[in-house]
Amino acid sequence: MKTKNRSGNGKLLHIESVTKRYGSLQVLEDIDLSITKGEFCSLVGPSGSGKSTLFRSILGEEKPTSGKVTINGNVVQRPDESKGIVYQGYALFEHLSVIDNVMKGPVMQIPNRKRLFKSKSTTRKIREIRERAMHYLESVRLADAAHKYPHQLSGGMRQRVAITQALMTKPQILLMDEPFGALDESTRRDAQLFLLELWEKYNMTIIFVTHDLDEALFLGSRFLAISQYHKDYKQRGVLQNIGARIGFDVDLDPVVNRRSQLSFEEYVEQHADIKEVVMRECFDPSYIQHVNEFQLTHKDSFVSP
Amino acid sequence: MIGYYIIALERHEVNPKEKLMPLPTQMIDKFSDLATEPSKRTGEILLVQDTVTSVKRIVVGMILSAVVGLTVGLSMGLFPGIGALLGPVITFTSNIVPTALLPLLLIILGVGDASKIGLIFLGTVFIITRTIYADTLVLRKQITKSLTLGASQLQIGYEIMLPQLMPRLIDALKLTLGAAWIFLVAAEAIAGTEGLGYRIFLVRRYMAMDLIIPYVLWITVLAIGMDTLLTYIRNKLYPWYKAEQG
Repeated sequence: MKTKNRSGNGKLLHIESVTKRYGSLQVLEDIDLSITKGEFCSLVGPSGSGKSTLFRSILGEEKPTSGKVTINGNVVQRPDESKGIVYQGYALFEHLSVIDNVMKGPVMQIPNRKRLFKSKSTTRKIREIRERAMHYLESVRLADAAHKYPHQLSGGMRQRVAITQALMTKPQILLMDEPFGALDESTRRDAQLFLLELWEKYNMTIIFVTHDLDEALFLGSRFLAISQYHKDYKQRGVLQNIGARIGFDVDLDPVVNRRSQLSFEEYVEQHADIKEVVMRECFDPSYIQHVNEFQLTHKDSFVSP
Repeated sequence: MIGYYIIALERHEVNPKEKLMPLPTQMIDKFSDLATEPSKRTGEILLVQDTVTSVKRIVVGMILSAVVGLTVGLSMGLFPGIGALLGPVITFTSNIVPTALLPLLLIILGVGDASKIGLIFLGTVFIITRTIYADTLVLRKQITKSLTLGASQLQIGYEIMLPQLMPRLIDALKLTLGAAWIFLVAAEAIAGTEGLGYRIFLVRRYMAMDLIIPYVLWITVLAIGMDTLLTYIRNKLYPWYKAEQG
Protein backbone atom coordinates (compact mmCIF):
# COMPACT_ATOMS: atom_id res chain seq x y z
CA MET A 1 0.00 0.00 0.00
CA LYS A 2 2.51 2.57 1.11
CA THR A 3 5.80 0.85 0.40
CA LYS A 4 7.40 -0.46 -2.73
CA ASN A 5 8.10 -4.07 -3.41
CA ARG A 6 11.33 -5.14 -1.86
CA SER A 7 11.21 -8.88 -2.13
CA GLY A 8 8.76 -11.64 -2.86
CA ASN A 9 9.27 -11.30 -6.63
CA GLY A 10 6.52 -8.75 -6.95
CA LYS A 11 4.01 -11.02 -5.28
CA LEU A 12 1.49 -9.48 -2.93
CA LEU A 13 1.74 -12.14 -0.25
CA HIS A 14 4.80 -14.26 0.17
CA ILE A 15 5.12 -17.06 2.69
CA GLU A 16 8.57 -18.51 2.97
CA SER A 17 9.39 -21.77 4.77
CA VAL A 18 6.94 -21.05 7.56
CA THR A 19 6.78 -23.60 10.35
CA LYS A 20 4.81 -23.41 13.55
CA ARG A 21 5.04 -25.57 16.61
CA TYR A 22 3.35 -25.28 19.95
CA GLY A 23 5.65 -26.97 22.41
CA SER A 24 6.18 -30.38 20.90
CA LEU A 25 3.16 -30.20 18.62
CA GLN A 26 4.10 -29.47 15.04
CA VAL A 27 1.24 -27.63 13.34
CA LEU A 28 2.74 -26.20 10.17
CA GLU A 29 5.63 -27.84 8.40
CA ASP A 30 7.40 -25.83 5.80
CA ILE A 31 4.69 -23.80 4.14
CA ASP A 32 5.72 -21.98 0.97
CA LEU A 33 3.16 -19.90 -0.80
CA SER A 34 2.96 -16.88 -3.06
CA ILE A 35 -0.15 -15.00 -3.91
CA THR A 36 -0.55 -12.47 -6.71
CA LYS A 37 -2.79 -9.46 -6.51
CA GLY A 38 -6.31 -10.20 -7.64
CA GLU A 39 -6.32 -13.89 -6.81
CA PHE A 40 -9.21 -15.49 -4.99
CA CYS A 41 -7.53 -18.27 -3.05
CA SER A 42 -9.75 -20.75 -1.35
CA LEU A 43 -7.95 -22.73 1.30
CA VAL A 44 -9.31 -26.04 2.52
CA GLY A 45 -8.05 -28.66 4.91
CA PRO A 46 -9.48 -31.15 7.36
CA SER A 47 -10.37 -29.72 10.75
CA GLY A 48 -7.36 -29.48 13.00
CA SER A 49 -5.07 -29.37 9.99
CA GLY A 50 -3.63 -25.96 10.72
CA LYS A 51 -5.80 -23.81 8.46
CA SER A 52 -6.49 -21.39 11.25
CA THR A 53 -2.87 -21.30 12.35
CA LEU A 54 -1.80 -20.44 8.83
CA PHE A 55 -4.57 -17.87 8.68
CA ARG A 56 -3.48 -16.25 11.93
CA SER A 57 0.14 -16.21 10.77
CA ILE A 58 -0.88 -14.25 7.68
CA LEU A 59 -2.98 -11.96 9.86
CA GLY A 60 -0.06 -11.38 12.21
CA GLU A 61 -1.76 -12.72 15.31
CA GLU A 62 0.57 -15.67 15.42
CA LYS A 63 4.32 -15.58 15.03
CA PRO A 64 5.77 -18.41 12.96
CA THR A 65 8.37 -20.55 14.73
CA SER A 66 10.58 -20.12 11.69
CA GLY A 67 10.27 -18.62 8.24
CA LYS A 68 8.51 -15.39 7.39
CA VAL A 69 5.35 -13.96 5.97
CA THR A 70 5.61 -10.78 3.92
CA ILE A 71 2.99 -8.57 2.37
CA ASN A 72 4.39 -6.36 -0.36
CA GLY A 73 7.85 -7.11 0.97
CA ASN A 74 7.05 -6.03 4.54
CA VAL A 75 7.27 -8.69 7.20
CA VAL A 76 3.91 -9.21 8.87
CA GLN A 77 4.20 -8.24 12.54
CA ARG A 78 0.67 -7.75 13.83
CA PRO A 79 -2.83 -7.22 12.51
CA ASP A 80 -2.89 -3.89 10.68
CA GLU A 81 -4.62 -2.00 7.90
CA SER A 82 -2.93 -3.91 5.09
CA LYS A 83 -5.21 -6.80 5.92
CA GLY A 84 -8.97 -6.86 6.10
CA ILE A 85 -10.73 -9.51 8.06
CA VAL A 86 -14.12 -11.20 7.99
CA TYR A 87 -15.03 -13.74 10.65
CA GLN A 88 -17.70 -16.40 10.77
CA GLY A 89 -19.23 -14.71 13.83
CA TYR A 90 -19.34 -11.28 12.05
CA ALA A 91 -17.70 -9.48 15.02
CA LEU A 92 -19.71 -6.33 14.37
CA PHE A 93 -19.66 -3.53 16.90
CA GLU A 94 -22.98 -4.15 18.65
CA HIS A 95 -23.33 -0.63 19.98
CA LEU A 96 -23.11 1.08 16.61
CA SER A 97 -25.60 1.34 13.76
CA VAL A 98 -24.74 -0.24 10.41
CA ILE A 99 -23.48 3.02 8.92
CA ASP A 100 -21.38 3.77 12.01
CA ASN A 101 -19.97 0.26 11.95
CA VAL A 102 -18.88 0.79 8.37
CA MET A 103 -17.50 4.27 9.04
CA LYS A 104 -15.72 3.34 12.27
CA GLY A 105 -12.42 2.28 10.70
CA PRO A 106 -11.70 5.44 8.70
CA VAL A 107 -13.19 7.68 11.42
CA MET A 108 -10.84 6.23 14.06
CA GLN A 109 -7.91 7.24 11.89
CA ILE A 110 -8.78 10.88 12.41
CA PRO A 111 -6.93 11.89 15.60
CA ASN A 112 -9.17 12.03 18.66
CA ARG A 113 -8.57 15.68 19.41
CA LYS A 114 -9.63 16.64 15.89
CA ARG A 115 -12.84 14.71 16.34
CA LEU A 116 -13.50 16.34 19.69
CA PHE A 117 -13.18 19.89 18.39
CA LYS A 118 -14.69 19.60 14.97
CA SER A 119 -13.07 21.91 12.53
CA LYS A 120 -14.44 22.46 9.05
CA SER A 121 -11.92 20.12 7.49
CA THR A 122 -12.76 17.34 9.95
CA THR A 123 -16.46 17.77 9.30
CA ARG A 124 -15.79 17.58 5.59
CA LYS A 125 -13.65 14.48 6.04
CA ILE A 126 -16.36 12.74 8.04
CA ARG A 127 -18.92 13.66 5.43
CA GLU A 128 -16.70 12.12 2.75
CA ILE A 129 -16.36 8.95 4.79
CA ARG A 130 -20.12 8.82 5.22
CA GLU A 131 -20.66 9.20 1.48
CA ARG A 132 -18.16 6.46 0.73
CA ALA A 133 -19.79 4.20 3.33
CA MET A 134 -23.23 4.81 1.80
CA HIS A 135 -21.83 4.06 -1.64
CA TYR A 136 -20.49 0.71 -0.43
CA LEU A 137 -23.69 -0.04 1.45
CA GLU A 138 -25.66 0.60 -1.72
CA SER A 139 -23.45 -1.77 -3.63
CA VAL A 140 -24.07 -4.48 -1.04
CA ARG A 141 -27.80 -3.63 -1.12
CA LEU A 142 -27.92 -2.50 2.48
CA ALA A 143 -28.60 1.21 2.06
CA ASP A 144 -32.05 0.82 3.59
CA ALA A 145 -30.61 -0.79 6.71
CA ALA A 146 -27.99 1.91 7.28
CA HIS A 147 -29.53 3.12 10.52
CA LYS A 148 -30.42 -0.25 11.96
CA TYR A 149 -28.35 -2.00 14.60
CA PRO A 150 -26.59 -5.32 14.02
CA HIS A 151 -29.08 -7.20 16.19
CA GLN A 152 -31.88 -6.14 13.88
CA LEU A 153 -30.25 -7.78 10.86
CA SER A 154 -30.24 -11.34 9.56
CA GLY A 155 -27.02 -13.36 9.46
CA GLY A 156 -26.54 -12.78 5.74
CA MET A 157 -27.01 -9.03 6.14
CA ARG A 158 -24.60 -8.90 9.08
CA GLN A 159 -21.96 -10.64 7.04
CA ARG A 160 -22.44 -8.13 4.24
CA VAL A 161 -21.94 -5.33 6.76
CA ALA A 162 -18.77 -7.03 7.97
CA ILE A 163 -17.44 -7.28 4.42
CA THR A 164 -18.28 -3.63 3.76
CA GLN A 165 -16.56 -2.67 6.99
CA ALA A 166 -13.39 -4.39 5.80
CA LEU A 167 -13.60 -2.83 2.33
CA MET A 168 -13.68 0.71 3.72
CA THR A 169 -10.03 0.70 4.68
CA LYS A 170 -9.05 -0.68 1.26
CA PRO A 171 -7.01 -3.62 2.53
CA GLN A 172 -4.45 -5.18 0.23
CA ILE A 173 -5.70 -8.59 1.09
CA LEU A 174 -9.00 -9.72 2.50
CA LEU A 175 -8.79 -12.64 4.92
CA MET A 176 -11.99 -14.59 5.43
CA ASP A 177 -12.30 -17.32 8.04
CA GLU A 178 -15.29 -19.56 7.32
CA PRO A 179 -17.32 -16.42 6.65
CA PHE A 180 -20.46 -18.20 5.49
CA GLY A 181 -20.28 -21.11 7.91
CA ALA A 182 -23.13 -19.85 10.06
CA LEU A 183 -25.52 -19.10 7.20
CA ASP A 184 -28.27 -21.38 6.01
CA GLU A 185 -28.04 -22.99 2.60
CA SER A 186 -29.87 -20.48 0.42
CA THR A 187 -28.46 -17.39 2.15
CA ARG A 188 -25.10 -18.96 1.72
CA ARG A 189 -25.49 -19.28 -2.07
CA ASP A 190 -26.52 -15.63 -2.29
CA ALA A 191 -23.56 -14.59 -0.19
CA GLN A 192 -21.16 -16.61 -2.35
CA LEU A 193 -22.39 -15.10 -5.61
CA PHE A 194 -22.35 -11.75 -4.01
CA LEU A 195 -18.76 -12.11 -2.86
CA LEU A 196 -17.69 -13.09 -6.37
CA GLU A 197 -19.43 -9.99 -7.67
CA LEU A 198 -17.55 -7.78 -5.22
CA TRP A 199 -14.28 -9.54 -5.93
CA GLU A 200 -14.62 -8.72 -9.61
CA LYS A 201 -15.85 -5.21 -9.07
CA TYR A 202 -13.13 -4.10 -6.67
CA ASN A 203 -10.35 -6.35 -7.95
CA MET A 204 -9.80 -7.77 -4.48
CA THR A 205 -7.25 -10.30 -3.31
CA ILE A 206 -8.94 -12.81 -1.07
CA ILE A 207 -7.88 -15.72 1.09
CA PHE A 208 -10.97 -17.70 1.89
CA VAL A 209 -10.62 -20.40 4.52
CA THR A 210 -13.31 -23.04 4.58
CA HIS A 211 -13.78 -26.70 5.37
CA ASP A 212 -16.43 -27.02 2.69
CA LEU A 213 -14.77 -28.39 -0.47
CA ASP A 214 -17.69 -27.51 -2.72
CA GLU A 215 -17.66 -23.93 -1.57
CA ALA A 216 -13.91 -23.71 -2.07
CA LEU A 217 -14.19 -25.10 -5.60
CA PHE A 218 -17.02 -22.78 -6.52
CA LEU A 219 -15.45 -19.59 -5.22
CA GLY A 220 -11.73 -19.82 -5.74
CA SER A 221 -9.75 -18.75 -8.78
CA ARG A 222 -7.03 -20.75 -7.11
CA PHE A 223 -7.61 -23.79 -4.99
CA LEU A 224 -5.28 -24.64 -2.11
CA ALA A 225 -5.49 -27.60 0.22
CA ILE A 226 -3.28 -28.30 3.18
CA SER A 227 -2.66 -31.70 4.60
CA GLN A 228 -0.77 -33.43 7.36
CA TYR A 229 -0.78 -36.76 5.61
CA HIS A 230 2.51 -36.89 3.78
CA LYS A 231 6.10 -38.00 4.14
CA ASP A 232 9.48 -37.17 2.67
CA TYR A 233 12.89 -38.78 2.62
CA LYS A 234 13.64 -37.83 6.20
CA GLN A 235 10.71 -39.66 7.71
CA ARG A 236 10.75 -43.38 8.27
CA GLY A 237 8.41 -45.77 10.00
CA VAL A 238 5.28 -44.59 11.72
CA LEU A 239 4.45 -41.00 10.95
CA GLN A 240 3.66 -38.97 14.00
CA ASN A 241 3.38 -35.33 14.80
CA ILE A 242 3.80 -34.05 11.29
CA GLY A 243 2.76 -30.53 10.54
CA ALA A 244 0.67 -29.52 7.57
CA ARG A 245 2.04 -28.66 4.15
CA ILE A 246 0.36 -27.33 1.10
CA GLY A 247 -0.62 -30.52 -0.61
CA PHE A 248 -2.67 -29.25 -3.47
CA ASP A 249 -2.44 -26.04 -5.43
CA VAL A 250 -4.20 -25.60 -8.76
CA ASP A 251 -5.65 -22.86 -10.91
CA LEU A 252 -9.38 -22.92 -11.30
CA ASP A 253 -11.52 -21.23 -13.86
CA PRO A 254 -10.41 -17.63 -13.74
CA VAL A 255 -13.41 -16.30 -15.62
CA VAL A 256 -16.02 -15.51 -13.06
CA ASN A 257 -18.73 -14.95 -15.63
CA ARG A 258 -18.77 -18.59 -16.46
CA ARG A 259 -19.79 -19.22 -12.92
CA SER A 260 -22.92 -17.17 -13.37
CA GLN A 261 -23.90 -19.41 -16.28
CA LEU A 262 -23.49 -22.56 -14.26
CA SER A 263 -25.25 -23.20 -11.01
CA PHE A 264 -23.30 -24.06 -7.90
CA GLU A 265 -24.09 -27.74 -8.25
CA GLU A 266 -23.19 -27.83 -11.93
CA TYR A 267 -19.93 -26.10 -11.32
CA VAL A 268 -18.98 -28.40 -8.48
CA GLU A 269 -20.01 -31.37 -10.62
CA GLN A 270 -17.65 -30.22 -13.35
CA HIS A 271 -14.77 -30.23 -10.92
CA ALA A 272 -15.62 -33.50 -9.26
CA ASP A 273 -12.22 -34.85 -10.28
CA ILE A 274 -10.40 -32.28 -8.16
CA LYS A 275 -12.72 -32.92 -5.27
CA GLU A 276 -12.07 -36.63 -5.42
CA VAL A 277 -8.31 -36.24 -5.47
CA VAL A 278 -8.33 -33.79 -2.58
CA MET A 279 -10.66 -35.94 -0.54
CA ARG A 280 -8.27 -38.83 -0.90
CA GLU A 281 -4.93 -37.09 -0.67
CA CYS A 282 -5.57 -34.40 1.90
CA PHE A 283 -8.53 -35.54 3.96
CA ASP A 284 -7.89 -39.25 4.34
CA PRO A 285 -5.48 -40.07 7.18
CA SER A 286 -4.80 -43.54 5.85
CA TYR A 287 -3.51 -42.26 2.55
CA ILE A 288 0.04 -41.09 3.01
CA GLN A 289 1.73 -39.79 -0.06
CA HIS A 290 5.22 -38.63 -0.68
CA VAL A 291 5.67 -34.87 -0.93
CA ASN A 292 6.93 -35.32 -4.48
CA GLU A 293 3.52 -36.58 -5.46
CA PHE A 294 1.77 -33.40 -4.42
CA GLN A 295 -0.24 -31.87 -7.18
CA LEU A 296 1.11 -28.37 -7.34
CA THR A 297 0.35 -27.18 -10.82
CA HIS A 298 -0.23 -23.53 -10.07
CA LYS A 299 2.43 -21.37 -11.67
CA ASP A 300 3.43 -19.92 -8.31
CA SER A 301 3.70 -23.26 -6.56
CA PHE A 302 6.92 -24.22 -4.92
CA VAL A 303 7.89 -27.70 -5.86
CA SER A 304 9.44 -29.48 -2.91
CA PRO A 305 12.92 -30.85 -3.41
CA MET B 1 -48.92 -15.38 55.24
CA ILE B 2 -52.48 -16.32 56.13
CA GLY B 3 -51.06 -19.25 58.08
CA TYR B 4 -48.75 -16.90 59.97
CA TYR B 5 -51.67 -14.62 60.74
CA ILE B 6 -53.83 -17.44 62.11
CA ILE B 7 -51.06 -18.82 64.30
CA ALA B 8 -50.08 -15.34 65.49
CA LEU B 9 -53.70 -14.58 66.41
CA GLU B 10 -53.97 -17.80 68.39
CA ARG B 11 -50.75 -17.12 70.25
CA HIS B 12 -51.90 -13.62 71.09
CA GLU B 13 -55.16 -14.96 72.51
CA VAL B 14 -53.24 -17.28 74.80
CA ASN B 15 -50.61 -14.70 75.73
CA PRO B 16 -51.35 -10.99 75.11
CA LYS B 17 -47.66 -10.17 75.60
CA GLU B 18 -46.58 -12.54 72.82
CA LYS B 19 -43.41 -11.23 71.15
CA LEU B 20 -42.26 -14.01 68.87
CA MET B 21 -45.02 -13.63 66.32
CA PRO B 22 -46.23 -10.04 66.27
CA LEU B 23 -49.49 -9.23 64.58
CA PRO B 24 -49.31 -7.39 61.27
CA THR B 25 -50.93 -4.36 62.87
CA GLN B 26 -48.20 -4.24 65.51
CA MET B 27 -45.52 -4.43 62.86
CA ILE B 28 -47.12 -1.68 60.81
CA ASP B 29 -47.40 0.51 63.91
CA LYS B 30 -43.80 -0.07 64.88
CA PHE B 31 -42.52 0.48 61.37
CA SER B 32 -44.47 3.70 60.87
CA ASP B 33 -43.22 4.91 64.26
CA LEU B 34 -39.65 4.36 63.10
CA ALA B 35 -40.40 6.01 59.79
CA THR B 36 -41.97 9.15 61.30
CA GLU B 37 -40.98 9.65 64.94
CA PRO B 38 -37.57 11.18 65.63
CA SER B 39 -35.43 9.11 67.97
CA LYS B 40 -35.43 10.40 71.56
CA ARG B 41 -31.68 10.01 71.82
CA THR B 42 -30.42 11.51 68.54
CA GLY B 43 -33.42 13.42 67.28
CA GLU B 44 -33.21 11.69 63.93
CA ILE B 45 -35.73 9.45 62.25
CA LEU B 46 -34.21 6.00 62.72
CA LEU B 47 -35.49 4.30 59.58
CA VAL B 48 -34.31 7.13 57.37
CA GLN B 49 -30.96 7.28 59.12
CA ASP B 50 -30.43 3.51 58.87
CA THR B 51 -31.51 3.37 55.26
CA VAL B 52 -29.35 6.30 54.16
CA THR B 53 -26.33 4.86 55.97
CA SER B 54 -26.69 1.36 54.54
CA VAL B 55 -27.58 2.38 51.01
CA LYS B 56 -24.67 4.81 50.95
CA ARG B 57 -22.29 2.01 51.99
CA ILE B 58 -23.60 -0.36 49.34
CA VAL B 59 -23.54 2.25 46.58
CA VAL B 60 -20.04 3.49 47.39
CA GLY B 61 -18.72 -0.08 47.69
CA MET B 62 -20.30 -1.15 44.43
CA ILE B 63 -19.11 1.94 42.56
CA LEU B 64 -15.55 1.29 43.76
CA SER B 65 -15.85 -2.34 42.68
CA ALA B 66 -17.26 -1.36 39.30
CA VAL B 67 -14.52 1.17 38.56
CA VAL B 68 -11.67 -1.08 39.66
CA GLY B 69 -13.20 -4.24 38.15
CA LEU B 70 -13.82 -2.57 34.81
CA THR B 71 -10.37 -1.02 34.60
CA VAL B 72 -8.46 -4.12 35.65
CA GLY B 73 -10.67 -6.56 33.71
CA LEU B 74 -10.45 -4.50 30.52
CA SER B 75 -6.68 -4.10 30.81
CA MET B 76 -6.33 -7.85 31.29
CA GLY B 77 -8.38 -8.47 28.17
CA LEU B 78 -6.69 -5.84 26.02
CA PHE B 79 -3.12 -6.70 26.95
CA PRO B 80 -2.46 -10.45 27.02
CA GLY B 81 0.60 -9.85 29.20
CA ILE B 82 -1.44 -8.27 31.97
CA GLY B 83 -4.06 -11.00 31.61
CA ALA B 84 -1.45 -13.74 32.01
CA LEU B 85 0.09 -11.94 34.97
CA LEU B 86 -3.06 -11.09 36.92
CA GLY B 87 -5.21 -14.07 35.91
CA PRO B 88 -3.84 -16.47 38.56
CA VAL B 89 -3.79 -13.68 41.18
CA ILE B 90 -7.47 -12.88 40.62
CA THR B 91 -8.38 -16.54 40.67
CA PHE B 92 -6.69 -16.86 44.04
CA THR B 93 -8.04 -13.70 45.61
CA SER B 94 -11.58 -14.34 44.42
CA ASN B 95 -11.51 -17.54 46.45
CA ILE B 96 -10.74 -15.78 49.72
CA VAL B 97 -13.84 -15.79 51.91
CA PRO B 98 -14.54 -12.07 52.36
CA THR B 99 -16.37 -12.37 55.68
CA ALA B 100 -13.29 -14.08 57.13
CA LEU B 101 -11.44 -10.85 56.43
CA LEU B 102 -13.93 -8.86 58.47
CA PRO B 103 -11.93 -8.84 61.75
CA LEU B 104 -8.93 -7.64 59.78
CA LEU B 105 -10.94 -4.87 58.16
CA LEU B 106 -12.41 -3.82 61.51
CA ILE B 107 -8.94 -3.56 63.00
CA ILE B 108 -7.48 -1.68 60.05
CA LEU B 109 -10.41 0.48 58.99
CA GLY B 110 -12.32 0.88 62.24
CA VAL B 111 -16.01 0.31 62.95
CA GLY B 112 -17.33 3.13 60.77
CA ASP B 113 -18.23 3.27 57.08
CA ALA B 114 -14.79 2.30 55.81
CA SER B 115 -14.78 -1.30 57.04
CA LYS B 116 -18.27 -1.98 55.60
CA ILE B 117 -17.42 -0.43 52.27
CA GLY B 118 -14.14 -2.34 52.33
CA LEU B 119 -15.92 -5.65 52.86
CA ILE B 120 -18.44 -5.00 50.09
CA PHE B 121 -15.59 -3.98 47.80
CA LEU B 122 -13.46 -7.04 48.56
CA GLY B 123 -16.46 -9.31 48.29
CA THR B 124 -17.46 -8.16 44.82
CA VAL B 125 -14.46 -6.67 43.04
CA PHE B 126 -12.81 -9.93 42.01
CA ILE B 127 -16.01 -11.41 40.64
CA ILE B 128 -16.62 -8.25 38.62
CA THR B 129 -13.03 -8.24 37.36
CA ARG B 130 -13.30 -11.85 36.23
CA THR B 131 -16.62 -11.25 34.54
CA ILE B 132 -15.34 -8.22 32.63
CA TYR B 133 -12.15 -10.09 31.68
CA ALA B 134 -14.21 -13.00 30.34
CA ASP B 135 -16.50 -10.60 28.44
CA THR B 136 -13.49 -8.92 26.87
CA LEU B 137 -12.17 -12.28 25.73
CA VAL B 138 -15.52 -13.03 24.12
CA LEU B 139 -15.19 -9.78 22.18
CA ARG B 140 -11.54 -10.33 21.28
CA LYS B 141 -12.25 -10.86 17.56
CA GLN B 142 -13.45 -7.29 17.57
CA ILE B 143 -10.06 -6.26 18.94
CA THR B 144 -8.28 -7.98 16.06
CA LYS B 145 -10.73 -6.52 13.60
CA SER B 146 -10.28 -3.03 15.03
CA LEU B 147 -6.52 -3.37 14.59
CA THR B 148 -7.05 -4.20 10.92
CA LEU B 149 -9.28 -1.13 10.69
CA GLY B 150 -6.39 0.99 11.92
CA ALA B 151 -7.48 1.65 15.51
CA SER B 152 -4.96 2.34 18.27
CA GLN B 153 -5.01 0.38 21.54
CA LEU B 154 -6.48 3.39 23.31
CA GLN B 155 -9.25 3.73 20.76
CA ILE B 156 -10.06 0.05 21.02
CA GLY B 157 -10.36 0.47 24.76
CA TYR B 158 -12.47 3.61 24.79
CA GLU B 159 -14.47 3.44 21.58
CA ILE B 160 -14.95 -0.25 20.92
CA MET B 161 -14.72 -2.19 24.17
CA LEU B 162 -15.92 0.26 26.84
CA PRO B 163 -19.34 1.04 25.34
CA GLN B 164 -19.97 -2.66 24.83
CA LEU B 165 -18.73 -3.61 28.29
CA MET B 166 -20.93 -1.09 30.12
CA PRO B 167 -24.18 -3.09 29.93
CA ARG B 168 -22.18 -6.20 30.81
CA LEU B 169 -20.81 -4.38 33.83
CA ILE B 170 -24.34 -3.52 34.92
CA ASP B 171 -25.23 -7.20 34.64
CA ALA B 172 -22.21 -8.07 36.78
CA LEU B 173 -23.34 -5.50 39.36
CA LYS B 174 -26.83 -6.98 39.40
CA LEU B 175 -25.29 -10.38 39.97
CA THR B 176 -23.08 -9.30 42.86
CA LEU B 177 -25.61 -7.02 44.52
CA GLY B 178 -27.09 -9.90 46.50
CA ALA B 179 -23.67 -10.76 47.90
CA ALA B 180 -23.05 -7.09 48.69
CA TRP B 181 -26.17 -7.01 50.90
CA ILE B 182 -25.00 -10.10 52.74
CA PHE B 183 -21.63 -8.52 53.45
CA LEU B 184 -23.23 -5.26 54.50
CA VAL B 185 -25.62 -6.83 57.00
CA ALA B 186 -22.89 -9.07 58.34
CA ALA B 187 -20.46 -6.20 58.83
CA GLU B 188 -23.05 -3.94 60.42
CA ALA B 189 -24.22 -6.73 62.71
CA ILE B 190 -20.79 -7.47 64.08
CA ALA B 191 -19.65 -3.93 64.72
CA GLY B 192 -21.36 -0.67 64.03
CA THR B 193 -23.39 2.20 65.36
CA GLU B 194 -26.04 2.59 62.67
CA GLY B 195 -27.42 0.91 59.59
CA LEU B 196 -30.17 -1.54 58.77
CA GLY B 197 -28.12 -4.58 59.73
CA TYR B 198 -27.01 -2.96 62.97
CA ARG B 199 -30.63 -2.19 63.93
CA ILE B 200 -31.97 -5.71 63.54
CA PHE B 201 -29.10 -7.22 65.47
CA LEU B 202 -29.44 -4.54 68.15
CA VAL B 203 -33.10 -5.22 68.85
CA ARG B 204 -32.57 -8.96 68.63
CA ARG B 205 -31.76 -9.04 72.31
CA TYR B 206 -35.23 -7.69 73.16
CA MET B 207 -36.81 -10.21 70.81
CA ALA B 208 -38.37 -7.25 69.03
CA MET B 209 -39.81 -9.28 66.21
CA ASP B 210 -42.25 -6.47 65.46
CA LEU B 211 -39.24 -4.47 64.25
CA ILE B 212 -37.07 -7.22 62.81
CA ILE B 213 -39.65 -8.60 60.41
CA PRO B 214 -40.53 -5.23 58.81
CA TYR B 215 -36.82 -4.41 58.57
CA VAL B 216 -36.08 -7.67 56.75
CA LEU B 217 -38.92 -6.91 54.34
CA TRP B 218 -37.66 -3.36 53.93
CA ILE B 219 -34.16 -4.61 53.04
CA THR B 220 -35.72 -6.94 50.48
CA VAL B 221 -37.66 -4.06 48.98
CA LEU B 222 -34.47 -1.99 48.76
CA ALA B 223 -32.57 -4.85 47.11
CA ILE B 224 -35.32 -5.42 44.55
CA GLY B 225 -35.49 -1.67 43.96
CA MET B 226 -31.77 -1.42 43.23
CA ASP B 227 -31.90 -4.38 40.88
CA THR B 228 -34.87 -2.93 39.02
CA LEU B 229 -33.15 0.43 38.77
CA LEU B 230 -30.02 -1.16 37.27
CA THR B 231 -32.11 -3.11 34.77
CA TYR B 232 -33.93 0.07 33.82
CA ILE B 233 -30.70 2.02 33.32
CA ARG B 234 -29.23 -0.80 31.24
CA ASN B 235 -32.22 -1.08 28.97
CA LYS B 236 -32.56 2.67 28.63
CA LEU B 237 -28.93 3.42 27.83
CA TYR B 238 -28.03 0.26 25.93
CA PRO B 239 -31.15 -0.83 24.06
CA TRP B 240 -29.10 -2.91 21.63
CA TYR B 241 -27.72 -5.09 24.42
CA LYS B 242 -30.78 -7.06 25.48
CA ALA B 243 -31.67 -7.90 21.91
CA GLU B 244 -28.10 -8.94 21.20
CA GLN B 245 -28.10 -11.36 24.11
CA GLY B 246 -31.31 -12.88 22.79
